[in-house]
Amino acid sequence: MSKLVNTVKEVIRQTGLKDGMTVSFHHHLRNGDYVLNTVTAAIAELGIRDITINASSIFDVHAPLMEHIKNKVVTGLECSYMGGTVGKAISGGILEKPVVFRSHGGRPADIQSGRSHIDVAFIAAPSADPMGNCTGQFGPSACGSLGYAYADAMHADQVVVLTDNLCPYPLSTISISEIYVDYVVEMDKIGDPAGIVSGTTKITRDPVGLIMADYASQVIAHSGLLKDGMSFQTGAGGASLAAAKYLKDIMLKKKIQGSFAMGGITGYLVDMLDAGCFRSIMDVQCFDLEAVKSLSANPNHHEVTASHYASPIVKSSIVNSLDIVILGATEIDTDFNVNVHTDSNGFIMGGSGGHSDAAAGAKLTMIIAPLVRARLPLVKERVTCITTPGSTVDVLVTQRGIAVNPRRADLQNRLLAAGLPIVSIAELQKQALAITGNPAPGARKGRVVADVIYRDGTLIDQICQVLS
Amino acid sequence: MLRSLLFLPGNSPNMLINGDILGADGIIFDLEDAVAPDEKDAARILVRNCLKQMNLKGITVIIRINSLGPDEYWKEDLDELIPFRPDMILIPKISEPEELKTVAEYISELEKKSGLKEGETLLMPLIETALGVEHAFSIASADKRVAALFLGAEDLTADMHCVRTAQGTEIFYARNRVVLAARAAGIDAIDTPFTDINDEEGNYQDAVFAKSLGFSGKAAISPRHVKAINEVFSPSDKEIEYAYEVLAAIEAAAQQGKGAISLYGKMIDKPIVLRARQVLAMARQLKEKGGAFYE
Amino acid sequence: MKITRSAVAGTLESSDVFVTVAPSEDGLSIHIESVVYDQFSELIRAAVSETLTRFHVNNAVVSLNDRGALDCTIRARVETAIRRAGKGEG
Repeated sequence: MSKLVNTVKEVIRQTGLKDGMTVSFHHHLRNGDYVLNTVTAAIAELGIRDITINASSIFDVHAPLMEHIKNKVVTGLECSYMGGTVGKAISGGILEKPVVFRSHGGRPADIQSGRSHIDVAFIAAPSADPMGNCTGQFGPSACGSLGYAYADAMHADQVVVLTDNLCPYPLSTISISEIYVDYVVEMDKIGDPAGIVSGTTKITRDPVGLIMADYASQVIAHSGLLKDGMSFQTGAGGASLAAAKYLKDIMLKKKIQGSFAMGGITGYLVDMLDAGCFRSIMDVQCFDLEAVKSLSANPNHHEVTASHYASPIVKSSIVNSLDIVILGATEIDTDFNVNVHTDSNGFIMGGSGGHSDAAAGAKLTMIIAPLVRARLPLVKERVTCITTPGSTVDVLVTQRGIAVNPRRADLQNRLLAAGLPIVSIAELQKQALAITGNPAPGARKGRVVADVIYRDGTLIDQICQVLS
Repeated sequence: MLRSLLFLPGNSPNMLINGDILGADGIIFDLEDAVAPDEKDAARILVRNCLKQMNLKGITVIIRINSLGPDEYWKEDLDELIPFRPDMILIPKISEPEELKTVAEYISELEKKSGLKEGETLLMPLIETALGVEHAFSIASADKRVAALFLGAEDLTADMHCVRTAQGTEIFYARNRVVLAARAAGIDAIDTPFTDINDEEGNYQDAVFAKSLGFSGKAAISPRHVKAINEVFSPSDKEIEYAYEVLAAIEAAAQQGKGAISLYGKMIDKPIVLRARQVLAMARQLKEKGGAFYE
Repeated sequence: MKITRSAVAGTLESSDVFVTVAPSEDGLSIHIESVVYDQFSELIRAAVSETLTRFHVNNAVVSLNDRGALDCTIRARVETAIRRAGKGEG
């Protein structure tokens, strides 16, 4: 029995992919991914049309999608995050059918339940054997955890593994098992290593970012959650990482050992693990090479699936055990609803990712963001798009003050007693507008170009076309 | 309270707009070295507008004007900015008391023209030339407006024909001299900034050393240095405790009709009492400002 | 103030605005490009007009390439360009 197929085009033929079907991809190769573009180009060449792409995330490297959309090769998109290049085109209305946005936890839940059916899953694997056992932990295009690919492997009708590092059977480390795999294709390169470890993974040196990070670590210190066994997750933004560093200093000084750190793992969290700040790391994706190395080397650094991370339909997920999460925002409104899908002009440049999942699970959800970004106020009457509902958001930290959700009077009292600069969110809005002046309502909006599905399956918001 | 003084380039809007939250006691809006010659006009207009617009309550607003020289930018700087009531003017390269008097007189004229109280704008001469060091005391005593001497080691070491080092041995004498001159004139002394913006430990040690020499505060060229400087130049818990004890001791002495009293084997004379009052005043100010920032 | 030559002020850095003021025989015309055009074009225009009025400029072509500058910055840069471009009492 051989699963090996020589070319991408040939394997697509063998799967019997037809017009109207759905294919899926994971985003662990981030902005260095070659697979989505290669497969989609082959689909186009074979004359197949009307395909829906379910990609866990779409990055700027996937710009060729715009051409395939224009040519009606691709007529549907589903994802948890969409970068600004493709996002702007979608906001301009190039896709007739609305994009379906889910969260990192909602995507595998819908795949598992069948609500989101996948005909063929294409899994980019930094290393694989001829039977389809695969992993991201080593190989020239090593990306670490393959967390977002598991649901695809387990539930798609057919599964194709693509690798640039074909190894003898059996693979030495198995992340995804051969029992799910139909075909294996060897490619020259599945991605560009430089692009794989891209993204905002440096601690900010901007003094405003550092002040916010300091406030954030103070909020944690006085939240009552800073004790042995605590768990922590942070986004990949520069200020969030600086907050992680300040937290590390506090934890080391007070000799506190947490239970786990979750993410989106960077070298900074690996440092915390190595320094003994946490007993373990739960890793659904690696952002840099330190994280990739640590995943292989350290038995306390665990690869976890997206379902395990955040699915709302499993018996329990990691976010349910999360104490503290630090997240970003492009906008937040006076009800603490957060937008990370669009910018203030309504252009798509993000998506929930794990934002709404972590916020729903964590005991303390903290948003850190500058009060004003290039004359645009952070705090608005109503966000352009709701990614994460205010009922799951506890604290907003800006460089000009900290606002606590009125639902959390307990937390507010603690922070006030600690002498932190607590103000109401309405006060922060006022301060922002005093600095920027009052913005006009903004460009006219057209038809719906994206549906935003919250992790519980309901439609939480819609994004409209931006008319120039 | 002027523990930390942060330089901000006068022509950079993105740095100026957050100047008020960087934690420094004083902000120096720099119209001199941070601004290219053909942008001097742009900088002074931008800084003027910032003074109008920003909420700088609780912050000492300092303008570093251009130095006295043939191009007379310094006069245009003052023309533009005095009406907007900066707290202090930092004057570069003061080498003679007459230079300071020249600036003071020009400011008096402007204060009169703008209907301001004469003498309300204070002065901080920058001692950054060999001659300035030599004349430090007479510069410090040259005018009632002089609030502090400010040591500038970069230009000074150039004038001394030696290399500026992180260790600072070459400026040791100048530091002592400036402190002595300032204290002899009854004013404060501000230490030169630490120039390696990536060396936070080095900045901290430099601040500790400056405090030990008698400086009342230190300048910074990076916002990342401000917190450490504030910490170093704030009275420690021990100093505050001792200050309370001093005041309690003289209170007790007064009640007992004693003229002199000693504490821990040391006679408590007027300077010690004065220092104790200053420490407690600073402690009170810090408490009002809010304490959570310093874990 | 009479605008006798072209002048520029400001930069294209974030939170700044690049302003060009040029002579004209034909009254005032203001051209605005901005990263926050939809939200603030009105307020930007007002800031420019008020500054031109303050300096009694009645004939000029003013162009702005704005990177999210605050009102005080816009006024400062326009004023700087006017003063560089003009002669006379103002």
